[in-house]
Amino acid sequence: MSGAEKIAVRVTEVAPLNELVTRFRFEPVSGGLLPTFSGGAHTVVEMRDGDITRLNPYSLMSDPFDRSAYTISVRRDDEGRGGSKFMHTNVSVGDEMVISNPVNLFSLDLRATKHLMIAGGIGITPFLAQIKQLDRAHGNWELHYACRSEALGSYVDYLTTTHPNDVNIYYDDQSQAIDLDTLLDGQPLGTHIYVCGPKGMIDWVRAKAAEIGWPREAVHYEEFLAPQPGKPFEVKLAVSNKVIQVGEQESLLEAIERAGVDAPYLCRGGACGQCETDVVQAEGEIIHRDHWLEDSEKAGDAKIMPCVSRFEGKVLVLDR
Amino acid sequence: MTIQFHKETFRGEYSFHNSERAIKRFPFPFDKDSYMYAVNMEQHRGGPADSVYEKRFDVDEHYVSEMEDRALVLADDPLRCQSLPHMTLAGWDLLELIMVSKSEDYPELFELHRDGDQWRWVNKPLGIDDTFTFMDETTLPYGPMEYITRQTQGDFCVLDQRDDNLWMDAGTVTTQADWSLDFDIGMNFFEWHAPVPLAHEKGIFVRALKFLLNIQQGAPARRLNWTMTVNPLLDTSPENYHKWGIQKTTLTPENIGSKQHLRVELQTFFRLPRSNALVFPIRCYLCSFDDLMTVPKWGRRLHRVIRDLPVELATYKGFIDNRPMMLDYLSKFDDGQPTSLGIWPDLETEPPLKVVRSS
Repeated sequence: MSGAEKIAVRVTEVAPLNELVTRFRFEPVSGGLLPTFSGGAHTVVEMRDGDITRLNPYSLMSDPFDRSAYTISVRRDDEGRGGSKFMHTNVSVGDEMVISNPVNLFSLDLRATKHLMIAGGIGITPFLAQIKQLDRAHGNWELHYACRSEALGSYVDYLTTTHPNDVNIYYDDQSQAIDLDTLLDGQPLGTHIYVCGPKGMIDWVRAKAAEIGWPREAVHYEEFLAPQPGKPFEVKLAVSNKVIQVGEQESLLEAIERAGVDAPYLCRGGACGQCETDVVQAEGEIIHRDHWLEDSEKAGDAKIMPCVSRFEGKVLVLDR
Repeated sequence: MTIQFHKETFRGEYSFHNSERAIKRFPFPFDKDSYMYAVNMEQHRGGPADSVYEKRFDVDEHYVSEMEDRALVLADDPLRCQSLPHMTLAGWDLLELIMVSKSEDYPELFELHRDGDQWRWVNKPLGIDDTFTFMDETTLPYGPMEYITRQTQGDFCVLDQRDDNLWMDAGTVTTQADWSLDFDIGMNFFEWHAPVPLAHEKGIFVRALKFLLNIQQGAPARRLNWTMTVNPLLDTSPENYHKWGIQKTTLTPENIGSKQHLRVELQTFFRLPRSNALVFPIRCYLCSFDDLMTVPKWGRRLHRVIRDLPVELATYKGFIDNRPMMLDYLSKFDDGQPTSLGIWPDLETEPPLKVVRSS
């Protein structure tokens, strides 16, 4: 079976933080302990939405050493395909759900002399777990967190109260912005940068760090893409000899799974590379949306990441 | 089944020996009559009863003596155990993984009692009963990785994962097939595999790395690897090549059956939860040719594999000079009959050896 190991959990808390973000707490149905994890890890949450099974990755934000429960925070995306909306409207305390074992694609580099964290919006969540891990080990870290407004500043109060000297908050609606030039210029040797937030923020930090000569290995980022809706299309699966239809609101990976074909995956957000699939034939345009394939691979149309990418055209045949 | 721990040596008079039970559970590495490198990974989730696959960390009749041999190697050469500063957390991960696994899998031999961070570890075969504070190095006689690997058979490489690569940043390596932790420490996956012939061209390492980077918590993997060793030596290290390399020249047609050993590594891979590092235990099993030949299927197959192995591999594995003598010996156990697929001895179903006419 594909994906990480599964855990049956019960929802024990649903806590709205502001008009967009709600926190969920999961405890194991078995009554035992959950696996420990490392800061930056995510879990894939299974949502049974009528006939559709949605699998969305969310960063674990609780203390990695607390094995009694995991917590995640979900930002409602009204433009999206409905996963976050499902969490906000259909999930309540007492519900049983299935989540995956923790998977970390955004790990701390423990060699770092200092961890410089840059968060945008809901991108704060992995840092909450990393901060707990680093505090336990007396690690050296500093957080710069940009939010749209005070009202939407999830966990700002908690962070500024517990770590007044290490946390810096910036509100967009007050025209506050991270002074990246100064910030990146003044860091001690051995500092690593971690950035999690909207694509624009990640690109901005990576470009600036590269421009002023930061080693590529010292800049870490994570952005899960949500699969975007698009025009329906037809795909032929060569190995399993099936022709499937991908609906407007489902991803190619979901359509493959719906047809009963076991396809590998981990993050379902275009980041981990696990679902990479060979294209046998493509007459039309593959809409590549992942962070995994190199630009040259995308141009060649020989591979596709079915978790987030789509197709428009006449014929698409996949080696699956 | 109760394990009778041997009192034996892997040096000097070489009193190491396998019981009949140990021979039957020996991890014979060839699943067909030929061999070539492959990413032959499978999930490590148990296996047939009493096989080396059954438990997460196999404990066998050689346990106590192997740990004594490790202590001797470390006393001579402390650099066989190294942990770069950022790997201490992974060391605690490994200590926890082994203590939890062994106490669950062998409750009659090992006990772990946890009260918050206060842990008590009882290792009956080695006579250890220690109480310590989890994550507090000052409460153990060694660092966490060294402490637990002095009590666990097999070498341990603890690999940091970063930049889409694995890095040999910690380990305890005293039973190795001619490679050196001290030389490889800090290297990445491609660097430490650089000397292996043929596999790079076949793209084996690119695919293997991709597989390993994706090993997840709770889903360990395993594979077998093999080489040849003259005399039952655990420590065939480059550091001591001047002591053991020369022994390869002592083989004679008379002593080859007892001196020549097939050396098999059960390699397993576990994701470590707190550090996101990967631990790579490499467990060495030794079996003499004479003992292997008591299993007719293995006799037939070993002859065919060694006969047809590419020169590059026989050279890399260090037995090209002795191959003719091995084949003289092994051919007597190959009557040309077909063999069943898979690694298991199949003693009940495979035919006994027909008399082989010497040529």
